[in-house]
Amino acid sequence: MQTSTLVLFLFVIAVFAFYSSQNRSISIAGKLGGIRKLSSLPSYYGTYSVLLTLVPVLLFISLWISLDQLVIERLVVEKIPKEYVPLNTSDYQLMINKIMSISGGIIKNDSVPSWQLDAAVRMRQLSVISQWSITCLSIFMASILVYWGFRRVSENFNARPVVETIMERMLLASACIAIFTTIGIIFSVLFESIQFFRKVPLFDFIFGLEWSPQTAIREDQVGSSGSFGAVPLFVGTILISLVAMVIAVPIGLMSAIYLAEYANTSVRAFAKPTLEILAGIPTVVYGFFAAITVAPVLRDFGESVGLDIASESALAAGAVMGIMIIPFISSIADDVISAVPQSMRDGSLAMGATHSETVKRVVIPAALPGIVGGILLAISRAIGETMIVVMAAGLAANLSINPLDAVTTVTVQIVTLLTGDQEFDSAKTLAAFALGLMLFVVTLMLNIFALQIVKKYREQYE
Amino acid sequence: MSNSKLSQSISTDGADPKISEQVLDVEKDLLSMESYSTIGNNLVEDAKMSVRNVNVFYGDKQAIFDVHMDIKKNEVIAMIGPSGCGKSTFLRTLNRMNDTIDSCVVSGEVTMDGENLYDPKLDVVELRARVGMVFQKPNPFPKSIFENVAYGPRLHGLADSKVDLDELVENSLKKAGLWEEAKDRLHQPGTGLSGGQQQRLCIARAIAVEPEVILMDEPCSALDPIATARIEELIEELSQNFTIAIVTHSMQQAARVSHRTAYFHLGKLIEVNPTETVFTMPEHKLTEAYITGRFG
Ligand SMILES: Nc1ncnc2c1ncn2[C@@H]1O[C@H](COP(=O)(O)OP(=O)(O)O)[C@@H](O)[C@H]1O
Ligand SMILES: [Mg+2]
Repeated sequence: MQTSTLVLFLFVIAVFAFYSSQNRSISIAGKLGGIRKLSSLPSYYGTYSVLLTLVPVLLFISLWISLDQLVIERLVVEKIPKEYVPLNTSDYQLMINKIMSISGGIIKNDSVPSWQLDAAVRMRQLSVISQWSITCLSIFMASILVYWGFRRVSENFNARPVVETIMERMLLASACIAIFTTIGIIFSVLFESIQFFRKVPLFDFIFGLEWSPQTAIREDQVGSSGSFGAVPLFVGTILISLVAMVIAVPIGLMSAIYLAEYANTSVRAFAKPTLEILAGIPTVVYGFFAAITVAPVLRDFGESVGLDIASESALAAGAVMGIMIIPFISSIADDVISAVPQSMRDGSLAMGATHSETVKRVVIPAALPGIVGGILLAISRAIGETMIVVMAAGLAANLSINPLDAVTTVTVQIVTLLTGDQEFDSAKTLAAFALGLMLFVVTLMLNIFALQIVKKYREQYE
Repeated sequence: MSNSKLSQSISTDGADPKISEQVLDVEKDLLSMESYSTIGNNLVEDAKMSVRNVNVFYGDKQAIFDVHMDIKKNEVIAMIGPSGCGKSTFLRTLNRMNDTIDSCVVSGEVTMDGENLYDPKLDVVELRARVGMVFQKPNPFPKSIFENVAYGPRLHGLADSKVDLDELVENSLKKAGLWEEAKDRLHQPGTGLSGGQQQRLCIARAIAVEPEVILMDEPCSALDPIATARIEELIEELSQNFTIAIVTHSMQQAARVSHRTAYFHLGKLIEVNPTETVFTMPEHKLTEAYITGRFG
């Protein structure tokens, strides 16, 4: 049986387990004089049976699936004559892939050497055996467990706390998966980066002023050996983020002040969802807008006033990124401004302050830490933003702080380094991981700092 | 007119076991009455503020009905009544804080020294500097103690120099009885003070702009008994220089600090009398029922 069919079949068994246990508990209750005589409600006995059956069997199946490929591979290779087994890992992998393709029928049998054919046949046999064993074993296991769950139903067995515990464990497991995935990602980036720093010194990377990652692929090729100074990328990133912030902070903040302090309910009811729509536009659309509309307009405008604006200027990308970030800032600022207690405003108004004086002297200062936190979060978003800059910022790693020039960003370089055919252990490819790591560290620190501020601010009014 | 019905039920003997029922009847009458008149001496000769014909609405819902009342210069007048009877609403008509609530509409006339406060030409901002307010929950701004007190003077340009301002802040804190506790920590946040200190800081903040009238809306309800006693002392001292209207849910407090007491019920001003009279020989059945603890 196919694994998916098997799992489906197990769910059918689970449904059966649920009803059989539930019915048994109901019939026991009937004899004793009512459901109240049971330790738990009938549905808990059913749920208990389901969990008892599904959890171990599904765990067993996933364990089997993750291991069987490996085991089969070993068994197949064992039978291959030693002289054909390559020692080099990538050649070895190539051979395994070839055998898999043959056994899967992707490569025609008649054109391959006989030892490979033998291996393929063996592999085929082993997978069939594996498939059958897992089907039989898991159905057998499930039946025993269903029966066991069924037998355990009695008026004295309290299924409720058991179900509670199992549920808790399952939730815990989900949380762990999320956390471990994150840690896994961090480590994989970290290890690749360490490899990169073996080839390029950390110092050169962080302080180098020149970025041109083209390395020669073959020894005899002409061309630069590549230089990996990340400064132009970080300067470009900061420049574009700065342009974005110059646009997003005042507009976002002022719209938040208007919405939180002045707008009446009907304006709010209209404006808030509109801003949220703005936040929901995919960044690739913004990228389009930046590359196709904003950049040419800016360049034409520059020409007409005698300014030389690159067609992929930091200004265009930053401006559009700023527009993207406006709703982000305005929504955080709106939240923190609204969280300033009404009693603060009343206190100020009762002192004879006007509304705008109250906003300026009491509300904004009170909300300031939260607003600053929000801005820092926005900055970390701007730094990590990829799509807009990929489309609008260009690739030239100019070291420039003039927003009219074309610059490139860390994220753009990561994208270009990893797209296209690459050798996976070249400095060029590994550089992407190092950049990713730097980006991660910077945004992580920004976020921690920002959340700290926001949290402190929340406590102030609790 | 329904007034006669009212006085009828009032003349019934207080010891009657059916009294609760009668009180309920009176309350019912009050609800159905189109017009009524306040019992006692709600109007006085030398009024600082005069309230005439005041009705307050929250949207369609009327919260204050046809109130006529005077507040004498340099007196402490207490407003009592069951919760939800409109004490806060009434108090807020006196400095037009109700303007800050969109749905709230006030009709009638409120004057201070003969000047109509609801005159469209009147500057609300200036009015609120003349009629200060202290709220139920201490609400110091998240600034330093000094900045809290300096807030009003800075706003209204009351101090021309740093020295003036320092002096003004010091005097206000002294008047509010907070100077000794605060003088060494003037530049620490006001929110770091204890509840009672915060409330005195709010009083200092209010008196720093030298208002003529101070409104206090249950200023002690969030405080412990010792802090309450301090505020009550303070109110007594302040009454020498300021006219004070205080809302309180504590009858003992009203008895201790006020000269006159006004009793509100369901948005109507039932009785205004010297405090002693109200607490010893209330004229109105409802007042009596309230001070003997028959309403919440
Ligand atoms: N902002 C408001 N909007 C609508 N109704 C209100 C508002 N404030 C108070 N009310 C209503 O007005 C009445 C009087 O309230 P309030 O003046 O706060 O009473 P008190 O201070 O005596 O407890 C209550 O019925 C209350 O529900
Ligand atoms: Mg109140």
